[in-house]
Amino acid sequence: MKLIKFLLVGFFFGIVLTKCEAVSWYRIYEMFQFQSFHMFGIIGVAIFTGVIGIQIIKRKNLKDVDGLPIEILDKEKGSIRYWLGGTLFGLGWALVGSCPGPIFILIGAGFMSVGVILIGALLGTFLYGVLKDKLPH
Amino acid sequence: MDFITQTWHWSISGFLIGMVMLALTYFGKAFGMSSNLRSLCSMAGAGKFVSFFNWDWKSQRWNLVVVVGAMLGGYVATHFLSDPSNVSINTTTISQLAAMGIDAPHGKLAPDALFGMEIFSSPKMIAILLIGGLLIGFGSRYAGGCTSGHAISGLSNLQLPSLKAVIGFFIGGLIVSHFVLPLIFN
Repeated sequence: MKLIKFLLVGFFFGIVLTKCEAVSWYRIYEMFQFQSFHMFGIIGVAIFTGVIGIQIIKRKNLKDVDGLPIEILDKEKGSIRYWLGGTLFGLGWALVGSCPGPIFILIGAGFMSVGVILIGALLGTFLYGVLKDKLPH
Repeated sequence: MDFITQTWHWSISGFLIGMVMLALTYFGKAFGMSSNLRSLCSMAGAGKFVSFFNWDWKSQRWNLVVVVGAMLGGYVATHFLSDPSNVSINTTTISQLAAMGIDAPHGKLAPDALFGMEIFSSPKMIAILLIGGLLIGFGSRYAGGCTSGHAISGLSNLQLPSLKAVIGFFIGGLIVSHFVLPLIFN
């Protein structure tokens, strides 16, 4: 039963991402062509909302739903993995127009072809696991 | 009901996505979609071959539940909350796509040229989707996160590594959008 709230948040997330068309290949293409403010607006306002929320949580030492202090982990320091991994991710993102969230959302929406992207993404994740210790991080 | 079926405004949508991230934070979790790919690999038994997948993925079951919810949300939104006015992208973008032989949206979320059922008889298109997925899976794990984990969660927490990753997302994206797509579709 504790999992129900995650189902609801996911459901809401799926609706918002579909209705703002962030799951759309067209919107991603339009963004990378700088031909619309739409996607930049979405990402910008999401981050703005997030920054304010996280600052409130930190400054007021808010507790989570179970009454435990909310811990927000810092990302590991580093450079190569972020620049290189990020760029590789971006190549894929612009090619097929969906990042991991939208991959699942589009499959739910009935796009069978996105299943091919998911298979590729699982293979890519597996490949990273295989090569992890040989890569610069 | 128009305000539901039309394209949601970026300001409302951005705010709601930020709230999704904050809701998961309030639930004591971290918002990030790509780690589910690692969980799925582990569920399929990848941990027997590669130690990276030998981890406590069951502690991440909540995130797989988020994924199931998102899939249901995607189904409901496309089947019951959409109308033909959706995905009204820039007309310049439409003519640019037409020049590459890519169909206009007309309310569709994705072009048939890349996502229609006909692609299953085109080895070239299958390879493109597969390679795109491969880059997304590999890149997000290498960078330790994707759009949700770095762009939304990471930047909201003012993380420098996330800024590097997000700049990387755009470097890669701009290369493909401006130089690779025109080569593939000509």
